[in-house]
Amino acid sequence: MQDYESSLADAASRKFETFSYLPAFTPEQTRTQIEYIVSKGWNPGIEHTEPENASDNYWYMWKLPMFGETDVDVILKEVEACHTAHPDNHVRLLGFDNFAQSAGASMVIYRGKTV
Amino acid sequence: MAKTYDAGVKEYRETYWMPGYTPKDTDILACFKVTPQDGVPREEVAAAVAAESSTGTWTTVWTDLLTDLDYYKGRAYAIEDVPGDDTCFYAFVAYPIDLFEEGSVVNVMTSLVGNVFGFKALRALRLEDIRFPIAYVMTCNGPPQGIQLERDILNKYGRPLLGCTIKPKLGLSAKNYGRACYEGLRGGLDFTKDDENVNSQPFMRWRARFDFVMEAIHKAEAETGERKGHYLNVTAATSDEMMKRAEYAKEIGAPIIMHDYITGGWSANTQLAQWCQDNGMLLHIHRAMHAVLDRNPHHGIHFRVLTKILRLSGGDHLHSGTVVGKLEGDRDATLGWIDIMRDSYIKEDRSRGIFFDQDWGAMPGVMPVASGGIHVWHMPALVNIFGDDSVLQFGGGTLGHPWGNAAGAAANRVAVEACVEARNMGRELEKEGKDILAAAAKHSPELAAAMETWKEIKFEFDTVDKIDVAHK
Repeated sequence: MQDYESSLADAASRKFETFSYLPAFTPEQTRTQIEYIVSKGWNPGIEHTEPENASDNYWYMWKLPMFGETDVDVILKEVEACHTAHPDNHVRLLGFDNFAQSAGASMVIYRGKTV
Repeated sequence: MAKTYDAGVKEYRETYWMPGYTPKDTDILACFKVTPQDGVPREEVAAAVAAESSTGTWTTVWTDLLTDLDYYKGRAYAIEDVPGDDTCFYAFVAYPIDLFEEGSVVNVMTSLVGNVFGFKALRALRLEDIRFPIAYVMTCNGPPQGIQLERDILNKYGRPLLGCTIKPKLGLSAKNYGRACYEGLRGGLDFTKDDENVNSQPFMRWRARFDFVMEAIHKAEAETGERKGHYLNVTAATSDEMMKRAEYAKEIGAPIIMHDYITGGWSANTQLAQWCQDNGMLLHIHRAMHAVLDRNPHHGIHFRVLTKILRLSGGDHLHSGTVVGKLEGDRDATLGWIDIMRDSYIKEDRSRGIFFDQDWGAMPGVMPVASGGIHVWHMPALVNIFGDDSVLQFGGGTLGHPWGNAAGAAANRVAVEACVEARNMGRELEKEGKDILAAAAKHSPELAAAMETWKEIKFEFDTVDKIDVAHK
C-alpha cells in the first residue's frame, strides 16, 4: 500500500486541469495536441497568469486568439514567445470552438513557480 | 351544416382514425407500441389510443357539440409493423398543441400516459417516442445552466468530467461521509455524489452532511488548485423541504445540487430547475424508478421519452446508462438518447430507436452521466462512446481501490487523461485501450494497482430491451 502524497503545504500538489495528471508532455506530444486543435477547426488562443492568480477565470491574453491559424509551428512559436516574455507565469493554450461557444481544448504548457 | 346529437357508442375509428392526416409543425406527435387484445382491429385500437389520450371517452356526450372536437381531438394518423414482433404494432398519434398547458411536462404526460395505459382493449402499451414541436419547447425553461456554462463555471475543458458516488450508500455519519468525499476530490475527481437514497435519515441528517461535505470541497480545491463539487441531494418528502435544502446549499456556496426527478416528481423538478437557473446552481438529476417504466419492451415509457421530459423540465446532468457497466442499456439505443440529451437537432433514426426529428432550438443540452459498475478498464470504451461532454462516474471503481479513494480517484483521472490524449492523437481507443492504459500506468502506481484489482470484472448479460429489428 502507498500513501497518497498531497497537501496544502506542498506546491507540487497543485494541478492544472486537463493533462496535468500525466507526466509533462514532450515537445512531440504537445505538437500532436496542437494538431488536434487545428484538425477540429478550433481557433488557438494563448493565455498566461501569475501562479498566485491561477484560479481566476480570466488569465491575461497573449495577443488575440489566432483566428484561422492552422500552422502548428506558428502556434508553437507564439506559445514560446509568451513563455519567454513571462517566464515565471503559467502559460496555457486553448482551442476555441466558436460553435459551442466554449473551449474544446485547454492545456497548461508551461508552469511557472507554483504556489 | 351543424351536427345533431346522436347518443350512444360509436367506434373510435369513425372519429379518431385519420390515415390521410398530415401532422402540423406545431402538433405534438407520439409513437406508441400497441399490443391489442385478440380480434380487435388495429385501426380501432390506434384510434382508441388517440381518443383516450386526448378528448375522447367511451360514449358520445351532448357537450361534445358545444365545442369543435374535430379541432381538439388527437388523431391516429399511421400504423406500422414492429420489426421482429407480430404481437404488436406502432401507432402514430398527432395532438394539437392547444391540448397542453405551456411549460408543463406534467400536463403533457398526464394525457399521453394517463387512463389510456389501463384501457381494456389493450394487453400492453408503450410510449416509444414523442416529438415536441419547437413551439412547445420554447415554453419550457429547460436545463438551468447547460453544458457550455457548466464547463465555464467549473473550468473543465477538453475531457469528460469525473465523479464518484459515495459508498456505502447508507449508514455513514456525516463526518465520515465528508471524509470519503474529501479523499476522492483530492485524488483528482471533479465531483462526488450523494447516492439517491441519501436524503436526511437519522444516521446522517441533511444539514450536517452539507456542512461536512462543503469543508471537503474547500480543502480539496485549495490542495489541488482545481474546482470541485458534490451533488448535494435535496430530494425530500415535500417541495417546501426540498427548497429549504436547496437554499442552504446555495448559502454555503455549493456549486451543484441533485434531485431524483421521477420519484421526486416532475412538478418539484421543474420548480427546482427554475430556481437553480435563477440562483446560479447546477442541477444533477438521478433517475430512480426509470427501469420500472422503461425496461419492459411492450409496456411503459421508453427512456428516450423520459430523457426529453427531463430536458424540458430541467436538469444539467442525467444518468444515461453506461453500455459497458452493470446496468441495462443497449448500445445503439443509448447513443440515441445521449444525442437527445446533448444535441440541438436530432434526426429520425430508427436504428437508434428515434422515431421523430426533434428540434430543441436554443435550449441548452444535458450532460449524460455514465454510472454503475464501471472501473478503469472501461475507460477507453467510455471515452469513445460518450465523448467529452459527459460525466463518468466510478463509485466502487474509486472507493474500492486497494489504497483508498484518493488513489482510486487518481487512477481514474490518469486513465481518462491518457485516453483523451490518445484519442486526440487519432488512436482507436476501444482497440488499443489496453496498451494506452498500460503505458499510462508506468507513471502512475495508483493506476497500475487499479488495473490489477479489476482486471477480471465484466458484466456480460444480454440486454432485455433492444431496438426492434426484423427476425425473419
